[in-house]
This record gives sequence, structure tokens and C-alpha cells, in this order.
Amino acid sequence: MKILVPIAKVPDTTSKIAFTENNTKFNPDGVTFIMNPTDEWYALVRAIELKEKQGGEVVVIHVGGADAEQIIRKALAIGADKAVRVDADPTDAYFVAAQIAAHAKNENYDLIITGKETIDYNSFEITGMVAELLDLPAVSLASKLEVENGVATIKREIEGGTETVEVKLPMVLGASKDLAEARIPNMKGIMAARTKPLAVVPATETEKLTSVAAYTLPEKDKQIKLVDKDNVAELIRLLHEEAKAI
Amino acid sequence: MAVLSFVEVAEGKIKKASVEAAYYGSKVAESLGTDSVAVVLGTASADELATLGTVGVKKVLHANDARFNTFDSKAYTKAVAEAATAAGATVVVTSFNQNGKLLAPRVSVRLKAGYVPGAVELPSFNGSEAVVKKNVFSGKASAQYKTATAVKVISVNPNSLSPVKGSGTAAVEAFSPAVSDADFTVTVKGVDKVTGTIPLTEAEIVVSAGRGLKGPENWGMIEELARELGAATACSRPVADVDWRPHHEHVGQTGVTVRPNLYFAIGISGAIQHLAGVNGSKVIVVINNDPEAPFFKAADYGIVGDAFEVVPKLIEEYKKFKSAH
Ligand SMILES: Cc1cc2nc3c(=O)[nH]c(=O)nc-3n(C[C@H](O)[C@H](O)[C@H](O)COP(=O)(O)OP(=O)(O)OC[C@H]3O[C@@H](n4cnc5c(N)ncnc54)[C@H](O)[C@@H]3O)c2cc1C
Ligand SMILES: Nc1ncnc2c1ncn2[C@@H]1O[C@H](COP(=O)(O)O)[C@@H](O)[C@H]1O
Repeated sequence: MKILVPIAKVPDTTSKIAFTENNTKFNPDGVTFIMNPTDEWYALVRAIELKEKQGGEVVVIHVGGADAEQIIRKALAIGADKAVRVDADPTDAYFVAAQIAAHAKNENYDLIITGKETIDYNSFEITGMVAELLDLPAVSLASKLEVENGVATIKREIEGGTETVEVKLPMVLGASKDLAEARIPNMKGIMAARTKPLAVVPATETEKLTSVAAYTLPEKDKQIKLVDKDNVAELIRLLHEEAKAI
Repeated sequence: MAVLSFVEVAEGKIKKASVEAAYYGSKVAESLGTDSVAVVLGTASADELATLGTVGVKKVLHANDARFNTFDSKAYTKAVAEAATAAGATVVVTSFNQNGKLLAPRVSVRLKAGYVPGAVELPSFNGSEAVVKKNVFSGKASAQYKTATAVKVISVNPNSLSPVKGSGTAAVEAFSPAVSDADFTVTVKGVDKVTGTIPLTEAEIVVSAGRGLKGPENWGMIEELARELGAATACSRPVADVDWRPHHEHVGQTGVTVRPNLYFAIGISGAIQHLAGVNGSKVIVVINNDPEAPFFKAADYGIVGDAFEVVPKLIEEYKKFKSAH
């Protein structure tokens, strides 16, 4: 089985979020960047597990600058076989998806496993876009994946529960929690990662369809109203009369 | 010209998230001076679909085809894109719910449209350009997305706006998109629904509890409070990790994202990874015996106190309130 795992680079959740250039750009100063958690913990690890069981190859792809090399090496250390970095500024989802699709077009992947969303823009865009560009079936919010005889059995989230579905490969999957158990790279993996192939390729020319005009931070910290624990009725009154929430 | 909204039906009823999407679509149509049209795929009664008129939809394109009763992003994309073209839509709206999150980006590619995922406000237009606000960095900031493509696709964050309902019925028209059996790629093998309770992502009120509750045997009062309020129950991650509560209740960065009108956090410290999944809630109430718990900084109302004393009182007082109102 040949599996492609697109990985994104995101600010660590504990990062202080700030903007520069008149609130038009994210300020990366002092921010630690990590591999997007769902990509690392679930998409990548499930891909590696499937390869370990059934043979094949796991390729990771990242669209972004050279500063992502560290997270790409981490993916290789966890167990991916090789990596591709498309050297470009990933500012528009359509542009990023087009790069991933352009690479995948000639590689005959059985499966493309993305994370369900990135933790910075929380946008759930790439999975569907890559699938449409390649005219493939897609399932997102997947918490379980088994593959047998070219058919994937997937558990996906629906309102108020889950649904088990079958899809014939090739397909695109969006990984959610529980798809796999996160793995920590070991010494052997880290050593091996140094010599695994990492190809840097130029971007294919693609339009950008969206841009961010400006960012805004919340006005100020919320002003909390504390209610005495012996006066719970007051809380109910406030929720009804002031907050109009009940 | 028109604005097309994609509307889902489950068990014969239009989904709440879709009513919001259709309302959003009608508002956009109003500001552009065009018609609000909806597309519905799969089995549904014409009477139910006509009710979309109450949120401003003029016409419903209905593909009453049982093959659509399973969500299949490939087949749905073809059908929705075809409906958009047929209606002459310049804006396509879906909910940013489970299915919308996969469908909307696919439709945008098919229509070569700029896409804004998870809008929290109506767009503003300036000529061919639309600017739409969405939350980013797990709710720690927001961004104004800009797009100037001929067609635009917007998905709407659930609970971002409350539809104002009027009178009116929508005209329901049969619609036969050109999809073949090969476009249907997903077969359902089983469904595991939590019955009798309100789905977490649809709930207007959520009662959530954490490690402060000490053990699974103490959840009775949480469930009772939720039942009284007509709320869904949720929990912090460690609680699901040790199986005090089912995993589908875990909210946060690695769990479910919720955006209810009212979120009760009981015995939850308010770690950043938890907040990431809940800080889109309109009103947050925190009950914690530690006045220094970080959750108080993200809350609108709070009670510093022992959950085992406060929650039973809350149930009692709410019952009184209910019988008086
Ligand atoms: C990468 C990563 C991802 C994560 N993702 C998530 C996620 O998605 N969701 C999530 O929830 N967590 C997540 N976590 C874990 C998160 O960091 C916190 O550890 C977790 O949210 C804490 O859960 P808690 O508040 O229930 O427990 P605790 O932190 O133990 O807090 C318990 C709280 O209960 C209070 N308390 C104790 N007794 C009482 C009482 N009798 N009455 C009232 N209050 C009482 C205490 O004062 C305390 O504030 C993640 C962590 C990491 C590192
Ligand atoms: N720049 C990128 N390079 C490679 N993959 C990406 C990139 N951005 C996002 N992805 C993938 O797409 C998934 C969904 O991201 P998004 O649609 O941006 O929320 C992520 O979890 C990654 O698997």
C-alpha cells in the first residue's frame, strides 16, 4: 500500500497569538512551531501501522518554507519512508491543495490521509479540496480505519454518534482522534531520519483564491460576574434576565 | 442570480444547522438583491421543505433520490455544484457541521470559488469582493477572509446567528442532478447513535464536568442538571481517557468543538486545550472550588464553591425557576 500523508506546521497551542503589519500578518516571534497534532498523532501513525502490517510505503508532503524541515524530519523519525516539501508560502487552502494534488496525480497512492483540520486556522479545507482535485471519494472525521482487499472500513463522526462506512480505494481520509496511538520517535528512528530522502520541489503555478484582509484579537478579557455559592438563585436570575441564555 | 444554500434533512426533519445556513443564505441574498434558493438531496417530504420559506427561501431544488440518503461527498459535490449553476448562484452556503466541512471545500473546487470555512458573521460586499469573518487559532483571534472570485462558497459556524422566522412557504421543485451510480462511493455498514440524549454539537446548552467530580459515580447530578436544562453533557479529556465518560463527550482541541449558547464547566480547570473547544460558546458559567482556576478568566459567570454542594442547589433552584416561568 502506498500512502500519502500531508502534514501542516502550526503554532503550539500554548503560543501567544499576536499580529504585525497593521494586524495583517501573524507574528511568529517567540512562537514554537509543531507538526499539526492530528497529522502527527493520528494520520501519520495510522499510515505507518498499515504499512507495517501490509507492506508498502508512507510518504509525507508539506507545502511550506525551509523552516518546516524540523517537523518533516520528525515525521521521518516517527516512521515515514520519504518526504516531499513543496517550496512555497502556504497562504491559501486552494493553492496548498493544488500542490498536494499535483504531486499525488502521478504517484498512484492507495490512500491519502490528512488531519481533519489544522489547529491554527481550524478550517477543514484541504481534505475535501484534494479529493475533488483528484476526483476521489473522501471521508472526514474518521476515528477508525481498517483496510482489506482494497476496501477501507471507516468509522466517521455524525451528529450525535458515529457511522461505519465502506469505501473502495483509492480515497482521501481526514483523520480525527482515536485513529491511532501517538508515537514518540526513538533513537533509531531519529538516526534513520537523517538519511531518508527529502525532496524539495518548486510549486506548480496556481491561483490563490482567498486572502486574509485583517486579524482581530478579542476586545479584552471577559469580565466575569461571581455569584456567591449560597445564592445560586441569583445565577439563575442573571442567566435568564441578563444573559438571556435560559 | 441567486444565493444557494445546501440544506440537510435527518429523520424527516431539516437539521437545525441547515436552518441556520438557509437563513444566512437568505440574508446574503437580501443584501445582494437576489433570490434565496435551497438544494436538498435525498428523501424528504415537500411539506417539511416548504417550511424553509419561514427563513426566506423562495425555492427549493429537491433531488428526491434515495441514493442521497447516505452522505457521500463525491456525489453530493456534483449535485450541489450543478444546482448552483442551474440557479445561477453567486454565493453557495452550507453549515460548517460534520458534512458541510467536507462538502463545502469540494464544491468550492468544482466551482473554482473562493471558500470561507466557518463564518461567524454575514459577509460584507464591496463590488465583486466579499469579506467574511471567521474564528482562528482555536477562538483566540478572528480573521477577515477576503475573496473576489465570481462564485463564493461560505460555510457557517453552527450557533453563530439565530434565525428570525417569518411566515412564507418555499416552492419545492424537483431536481435531477446528473450523477451516476459510480459517483456513489460510500456504503453505510452501521450506525451508532447515542439515543435519547441531545447531540453535543447541536445542543444549545452544554453541561460539562471534569476531574473535579472525582469519579464516574458522581455524574448523576450532572446528568440530572442537563436533563432539567434540556442540555447535552460533555467532559474534559482526562475524564474520557480514564473511561469515566464516553469518548464522544470529550471537548477540546483533540475532541469535539462546541459553540452552544450556554456552557457550564463544573470541576474543570480550564486548560488552554480544553478552552480551544469551548470558547466559542456565547455564555460560559464556571463552578470550581479553586478561585485561581484559569477557567474563571474565560467565563462570564462563576461560582467559587464545591460542585457537590453547588450543583444540587442549582438543580433545585432551576426547578423552582421552571415552575415559575
Ligand atoms: C496536546 C494536548 C491536547 C489536549 N487536549 C485536550 C482536550 O481536547 N480537552 C481537554 O479537556 N483537555 C485536553 N488536554 C488536557 C488538558 O491540558 C488538561 O489536562 C485537562 O483539560 C484537565 O482536565 P480537568 O480540568 O478535568 O482536570 P484538572 O486539571 O485536574 O482540574 C480539575 C479541576 O476541578 C476542580 N475541583 C476539584 N474538586 C472540586 C470540587 N469538589 N468542586 C469543584 N471543583 C473542583 C479543581 O480546582 C480543578 O480546577 C490536552 C493536553 C495536551 C497536552
Ligand atoms: N501546508 C500544508 N502542507 C501539507 N499539508 C497540509 C498543509 N496545510 C494543511 N495540510 C493538511 O490538511 C489538513 C487539514 O488542514 P486544513 O484544511 O488547513 O484545516 C491538515 O491536517 C494537514 O494534513
